[in-house]
Formats: sequence, C-alpha cells, structure tokens
Amino acid sequence: MKKLPLYILLTAGAAVMIYPLLWLIGASFKSNDEIFTSMWFIPDSIDFSVYKRAWRTVTPYSMGHYFINTFLIIVPKTVFAVISSVIVAYGFARFDFPLKRLFFALLMGSMFMPAIVTVTPLYMMWSRLGLHDTYIPLTLPALFAAEGTFVFMLVQFFRGVPREFDEAARIDGCGNLRLLVYILVPCIRPVIVSITVFTFLWTMNDFLTPLIMISSVEKYPLSLILRLSADSTGDGYEQSKIIAMSVIGLIPSAAVFAAAQKKFISGITAGGLSG
Amino acid sequence: MKKRSYRNPVGVGKYTGLLLIMPFIIGSAVFTLYPFIASFVLGLTDSDGIHFPEFIGAENYAEMLTGSEFLGAVMVTLKYTFILVPLKLAVSLLAAVLLNAEIKGIGVYRTIFYIPSILGSSLAAVIMWQFLFTSGGLAEQVTSFFGLPPVGWYGSSGSAMAMIVLLRLWEFGSAMILFLNALKDIPAEYYEAARVDGCGRVRAFFRITLPLLGRVTFLNLVLQTIAAMQEFNAPYMITGGGPMKSTYTIGMLIYDEMFRYHNAGFANAVSWAFFVLVTAVVLVLFAVTRRRREEDE
Repeated sequence: MKKLPLYILLTAGAAVMIYPLLWLIGASFKSNDEIFTSMWFIPDSIDFSVYKRAWRTVTPYSMGHYFINTFLIIVPKTVFAVISSVIVAYGFARFDFPLKRLFFALLMGSMFMPAIVTVTPLYMMWSRLGLHDTYIPLTLPALFAAEGTFVFMLVQFFRGVPREFDEAARIDGCGNLRLLVYILVPCIRPVIVSITVFTFLWTMNDFLTPLIMISSVEKYPLSLILRLSADSTGDGYEQSKIIAMSVIGLIPSAAVFAAAQKKFISGITAGGLSG
Repeated sequence: MKKRSYRNPVGVGKYTGLLLIMPFIIGSAVFTLYPFIASFVLGLTDSDGIHFPEFIGAENYAEMLTGSEFLGAVMVTLKYTFILVPLKLAVSLLAAVLLNAEIKGIGVYRTIFYIPSILGSSLAAVIMWQFLFTSGGLAEQVTSFFGLPPVGWYGSSGSAMAMIVLLRLWEFGSAMILFLNALKDIPAEYYEAARVDGCGRVRAFFRITLPLLGRVTFLNLVLQTIAAMQEFNAPYMITGGGPMKSTYTIGMLIYDEMFRYHNAGFANAVSWAFFVLVTAVVLVLFAVTRRRREEDE
C-alpha cells in the first residue's frame, strides 16, 4: 500500500502522455462537429470507411504507393548504414593508425553537427549533379557512415568483445575481413538490430530532407504526402480523413517500436542514441 | 617529431585501419567539410542558385546584422531553446526518478512515457498537434472544462510558442532514457548508507543522485540544446512562423530564403552564421559547466 501514491502519480502521467494519441485515433472516426465538441476520445460510432477514403489520398496515388516509396528509401539506407558503420567502427576499435585521435575527435564532433546548417549547400551540390528529385541524396550518405552515433555505439560494443577472440581467429588463418564477418559481427548482433530500428524510425520521421530534395508528388515519401494533404484541407473538408491518414502514417513506426520495445528500454541506448 | 609506433596485430600495417575508416573520411569531406566551406564561399555572393554568382563580400552579413529578419529569428530560436531545454531536462529527470522504482508493471509505464518521443517527431504527430490546439480542439475543451476562458492558441505570440514547446516537451522520452540508465548505475548501498545516517529521500536526491548524474545531465543538455536550436518541422507545419514571426526560427528563415525566395547567397550566409552560433552556445555550455565537471572527475 506504500506504493499507492507512486502508482497514482505514474498512472496520471501515463494518461497525459498517451491521451493525445488515443484522441487522434478516436477522432479519425468522428464527424467535424464531434471532433470540436467532444473531449472524450471514444467516437459515437465506428465506421472504417474513412480509412478507405484516407487510403486513396488527395493524389492519383494510394497510400500504398507512398509506403512503397518510403521503403525504397529505408531499405537501402539501412543496409548502407549497417555495413559502413560496422566497417568504420571495426577500424577505430581494433586498429592503430596515423591521425587516429584526430579522426575520432571528428567523429565525436559530427554527432553534434546541426544538420540544418548543411542543408542549403548540399541541396545545391545534389542539384548541380542532377540528382535532386531522386532518392540518391536521401540514401547515399548512409554509405559513408553518416551517423557518427552509430559508429560510436559500435566502437563501444567492439571494445567489449575480448581480443583473445581475434588472436585465436588470426592463428587459425583468418584475415581482417573474415575475422570481422565471422567472429566479431555475430558478437554485436543486438547493436546491428538497434541501428536498423533507429534508421527505420529516423527515416520515417524525416521531413526536412525529402521536403527539399523530392519535388514530384509521385516520388513523395509518407511524411510529404501527409503535409500535402494537411495543406489542401479547407474549412468544409472532412477532417477525419487527414487524421486517419496520420494514424496510418504512425502505424509502421508503432509496429517497429512494439517489436523492438524491450531493446529501447534496456541499455541499448547507452551510446546516447535516442528518438 | 617523435616517431610513434603503431600497436597492431602481427602482419597488419599502420594503414589498414585508415583504409577501414575511409568511408567515414570521404563522408566527412563530402557531406560535412564541403558544405561548410561551400556555404561560407556562397555566403559571400549574391547567388540565386541559377545564375553565375557574383562576389559581394560581406554584404549578406551586413544585411543580417542590420535587417530585422535574422536577428528576430535568432531571438526567437534562443528564447525557444531557453524555455524548452530546462523544462525538458527537469521533466525527464523527474520521470526517470519515478520510473526507476522497482515495482510491478513498471515496464509498461516506461514504455508509455517513451512512446511520444518515438512517434512524436513524425509529421503525423505534428499534424495531430495542429488539431489539438485549433479553436474548439481538445486543448480548448480541456481549459473550458476547468472553467478557464479560451486561449486562442494560434492568436498570440506567447501561446503559439507555448504550443510548440508543449509538443517538444511531450517528447521527453529520449532524455528520460539516458537519465534512467544513469540512475540504474548508482549503487543502492549509497542510499542505504544515507538512510542509516538519517538522510531523508529528498535530501538524498540532492546530495547523492544529482551530483552523480552530472555527466549525463550535461550530455542531455548539449543534445537537447542542439536539437531545439534546429527546430523547423513544428513551426513550419503548425504556426507557419507566426503570429507576427513570434515562432519564426532560424531553421524557417534558412528554408524560406533558400526555397521560397531563392536567395541562395543569403541563405548560405545565414547557415554559416547559424553554425557559428550553435558552436558558440555549445562552447558556452562547456565553459559554464567546466568547474562542476572537473570536480566530478
């Protein structure tokens, strides 16, 4: 019973945190009138046809098309990020080389680099190369270990793997790359999972980069189609439709979060990684 | 210069490691160093992104310092950062302390508190916020439920800023997780010893917990400050920078100058100045907390 005040406090806090999302889901079934008069999140009636209409979007393409676009960005980006971060982290964690300290300092610095500063010159670079309005500006940087946070986290985990493993493998005739692939990578599988999850979530949430780089509606990822729909709604418009689109847009991230939830809450965030 | 010896496994040369980190070196050169130099050079021109730019010296910077645009955006950005970051640190620390309790079902609570920071930075959540605060929206219904007059969130500069601060405050989960992990590292014996000595819970928090959280607090402070100074999505979607530019952040200024008015030269100058500003703020944070951090070590 001593714990009761704590439970009450936590429950109240949790209610505040989760209520906006519940309200959003409920509002997708409400009429315009009901949205703006009822505080309670449960709608008067539930009719899933609004999701059917939301799925069609305001463009000639369906939400399915925009999901595919988003995955066409996420999949290569994730593969690139995992491969390049693992190789770079391996170099930092297991080898000694000239200027190592300088490069490691640069890596730390890149974690604090405000992205918005590079947006303008990078846009000009990509458009001069004729690559704006393609997915290359969104995916290619991942091939060059663009997320310093990932490398940093991997270095920490590599250091946790005993060097005896390396020595034993080398005696058995393993070269640098085979050692990495067959011995070290299996030891750090959980970190690779969290890099995948974070790349997924960050790309899902990214708005500024596609906003700048992608100009044709056909190639929009989810975040841009949501903006387009939100902008094109007027007063008489059926508000629940854009709300339903937002709910659909949240589903992939929510699903990934649910699947990897334990990892988030446990120590995997040790490298300073966060939503 | 002294010759340094490289400690590597037998048969591995000193350039192997360098070769492995090559992707990072190329990436930093192309995606960090190049933009940094390019924005400085372009900031000295009248580039419009299409025609060949002409060198105009420090004219863009002079315009930034004399016009109201840039200075206004700087003030808004700093004000927003100074309001949001301390609130977010306080709330996330409080939540972390509560969620550190070993009680049944605590995992569910941790998950719920963390969800907004996973979903919250998506555009869908920003659109949701737009709906919550429109006239007649949930926020207004809640205030009228408590008998308060309607706020008209979009109408005044203070409440428009508050709306965005509340959105980002709601997403305190990531800072909270860092605090939570640090709290778990504090040995329970410290608290037991304090209790034996007759030290109450509140005093134990200020005497034991807070000092031991110095490093993670600083990390959170820097990360959150940098994130807050870059705010773009929320003002762009929710307030459009208004009313009367009261939520017009530097992020919005850079975007508008570049992509709406095609003043590439000016936009690059602003980007560069902004980089200097962020670096300066981070350095100030380092300097201010220096004594404390040295005491920690």
